[in-house]
Amino acid sequence: MMSSEWPLWEVFIRGQHGLNHRHVGSLHAPDAEMAINNARDVYTRRNEGVSIWVVKSSEITASAPSEKGPLFDPSNSKVYRHPTFFDIPDEVGHM
Amino acid sequence: MATAALDPAARQAALLEFLLRVGDNTLILGHRVSEWCGHSPALEEDIALANTALDLIGQTQLWLGLAGEVEGKGRSADDLAYLRDGYEFRNILLVERPNGDFGKTLMRQFLFDAWHYLLLKALKGSSDTRIAEIAEKAFKEVSYHLDRSRDLVIRLGDGTAESHRRMQEALGELWPFTGEMFMSDALDAELVEAGIVPAPESLKAGWDEIVAETLAEGTLKKPADGYMHKGGRRGVHTEHLGFILSEMQFLQRAYPGATW
Repeated sequence: MMSSEWPLWEVFIRGQHGLNHRHVGSLHAPDAEMAINNARDVYTRRNEGVSIWVVKSSEITASAPSEKGPLFDPSNSKVYRHPTFFDIPDEVGHM
Repeated sequence: MATAALDPAARQAALLEFLLRVGDNTLILGHRVSEWCGHSPALEEDIALANTALDLIGQTQLWLGLAGEVEGKGRSADDLAYLRDGYEFRNILLVERPNGDFGKTLMRQFLFDAWHYLLLKALKGSSDTRIAEIAEKAFKEVSYHLDRSRDLVIRLGDGTAESHRRMQEALGELWPFTGEMFMSDALDAELVEAGIVPAPESLKAGWDEIVAETLAEGTLKKPADGYMHKGGRRGVHTEHLGFILSEMQFLQRAYPGATW
């Protein structure tokens, strides 16, 4: 009952310094402060994070699945846009 | 006074007693809170409460582990948790109170957390480095417990008419069990003098402050200090502890030494 009254929040966690925040899932909470607390308990139990972002799911504007073709397909055929010809040394780590 | 403080056997007995008191508090409350697992009003709260329970059980392993070491009879933390009878438990009565509804569980948690926080903060400066180290680790966990329970007590106190009523009722029922946290006996005095633990009564002013501020913000009325229940710290418990132990200890009692 309570869950249906609380808004949905999307949770983003930064796993370690230098990495980007990554979307890890969503949860329900009455406000942003509790969403952060809940995210801490639901998504960082195994030492996953150094930083948490939460944003109301309703604030996210998403591309429509039906637009997939026009949006993304054209880039597939442009091989020169893909930097696949370089060997990245292991020491570089995450790019 | 000075001679008592120098007697190693008395010191050891007092230290063991203290470790059981603090370890049994976290054990019994950890078990109580774990009873909510799978039953909380929302998934997020369920996981948060389970985390709190796990933190408390983790702290129990450290406290009772050290208790076994101090006792020197080869008893492990598990032995102490699973193979003692009710009268050998030293937890305060507050932590064995039944969960009641979610509000009552949170109110109990808050009243305990505020005290636990202050106790650990003081224990970080213990002259016994083993105790100081455990306190250091537990303090971080308990700081979060307090943040969370305090926040929820305020939200539910200052929430709907129904949540306010339930929180005020919980407060009234649990209040007479808070006095035991600040009572002391000769064993405490022994350790206080050695700089190992803070005097229980020395935590009262800080606790009063946290509680008064939180209740005020949650629009809850602090009950008057009347009769305070006591006994847990010397092994005299309410009937509730027996039910907890029969569930918690069943496996080791029925199948001694069972592992998995």
